[in-house]
Amino acid sequence: MSAPTVERPAVAPHQDPALAGRDDVRPTGRRLGPGRRRRLAWLLGPSALLLLWTAASATGLLDPRILSEPWTVVATAGELIADGRLQENLAISAQRAGLGLFFGIVVGALLALVSGLSRAGEAFIDGPVQIKRAIPGLALIPLLILWFGIDETMKVLTITLGVFVPIYLQTHAGLRGIDLRYVELAQTVGLGRAGFIRKVVLPGALPGFFLGLRFAVTGAWVSLVVVEQINSTSGIGYMMELARTYGQTNIIVLGLAVYGILGLLSDGIVRLIERKALSWQRTLAG
Amino acid sequence: MAAHPGGLTAVEPSVRTRTGARTGPGAPTVSVRGLIRGFGPKGVLNGVDLDIAPGEFVALLGPSGCGKSTLLRALAGLDHDVKGSGVINVPDRVSVVFQDSRLLPWDTVLGNVTLGLRDHDADTKARRALAEVGLAGREKSWPHELSGGEQQRVALARSLVREPQLLLADEPFGALDALTRIKMHGLLRELVSAHRPAVLLVTHDVDEAIALSDRIVVLDSGLVATVRTVAPEIGSAVDAAGHEALRRDLLTALGVDVNAASH
Repeated sequence: MSAPTVERPAVAPHQDPALAGRDDVRPTGRRLGPGRRRRLAWLLGPSALLLLWTAASATGLLDPRILSEPWTVVATAGELIADGRLQENLAISAQRAGLGLFFGIVVGALLALVSGLSRAGEAFIDGPVQIKRAIPGLALIPLLILWFGIDETMKVLTITLGVFVPIYLQTHAGLRGIDLRYVELAQTVGLGRAGFIRKVVLPGALPGFFLGLRFAVTGAWVSLVVVEQINSTSGIGYMMELARTYGQTNIIVLGLAVYGILGLLSDGIVRLIERKALSWQRTLAG
Repeated sequence: MAAHPGGLTAVEPSVRTRTGARTGPGAPTVSVRGLIRGFGPKGVLNGVDLDIAPGEFVALLGPSGCGKSTLLRALAGLDHDVKGSGVINVPDRVSVVFQDSRLLPWDTVLGNVTLGLRDHDADTKARRALAEVGLAGREKSWPHELSGGEQQRVALARSLVREPQLLLADEPFGALDALTRIKMHGLLRELVSAHRPAVLLVTHDVDEAIALSDRIVVLDSGLVATVRTVAPEIGSAVDAAGHEALRRDLLTALGVDVNAASH
């Protein structure tokens, strides 16, 4: 009796081009996750909002004295770019937000590390930070103006003070949430203090840090608006404040649009970095 | 090697030393004398003595809560916050395999194996160790991309790449399915015979203990209750003469009614 021969297809089934036209009948269960990620899907919501605004303006439902038409705002942007005012103010605003964000991240992350890794650090740092958290950042502005005047130091410092709190809180929580089993592991493989921080603590606290960073970036823009509208002679906020005195709704709306775009862009960038840095995570976000 | 303490009085300080290269020929790799962990009626270990010879494979059997994990953690130096006394001597190079693979989720398979290695050729060694456990080519994978058995094989590679003189394994196959566990037994036997570390395997599985070890120590109420040597021919075949007798003997020592238990 000869052994039965099994005919194997020359091409693996999953690569077989002939499979393209075949039936694919299968029972489908209900999928509970949000499904596959689609590129640029996040643009849908903002686009719908823009469409609604355009439609309301075009049909006359929206009085231009209350909210300028989208095309007027675009035209205003063109004019302000042509005479250089928009770029100039944008650059100054971006510099303030960037500096404040940078110092806030450094201070917040360092404090979180010290407080998370030593009991003495926690005893000295955590209390004051919680107190700072309870005081609205903008309530400090009068004092900061008395101390530092109304120049750039005060503005950057206000942003820094707003930024470091969420960075500290989330990084600290991430750090304290590191599984004790990994600490034991670090000991059994003979990691030193520095190796432990580099290999276990920092990567373990990274998800918390990124969560804090997203709050911080949004917070930086919020603080920026306030400092630029209170005491300023430059920046997007100043440009809008000036427009208010002249009743130029179009420039105010343009400023709002610029803030919106900046906020959306910076959050997108943070999320992109986060996805790259945390590619080891397997979550619902995908 | 540290001196043998006089008795089992609870006031002696706890000493854990690493003997390293100072160990002479014939000296045991591990020596534990009068080990006490936790005092009073709630004592977990109540005066344990244990020697493990170089290259010897000892299985530590016992019911839940008998103190076997406490003993292993004491040998690993992981019981900082536990009160106790006694003298422990362990070699310089000790590796631990836990019940969970304990791979850092944010590091690749290769990064997990080289964790804590200071050698300049750590990557080469780690690749060789991964090939040894049958995971060549998976160096760049994330831990979550591996199956439970594969993750535990990475943990084995991580412990062996350090060329340990003592391998401590705390129920390393307890979380695996039966089929994978049998394959892992074979793998561990091969690895141990190639690297010859002394091994202390904590398990609650009598068959696993017989299949893998040279000597079985049964712990009961924090004391060494029974010690049995496993003849090589018994360990390698379940149908060998004496296998069933040893199994019944150990189950009885563990407090299982052998006649009632059907297996």
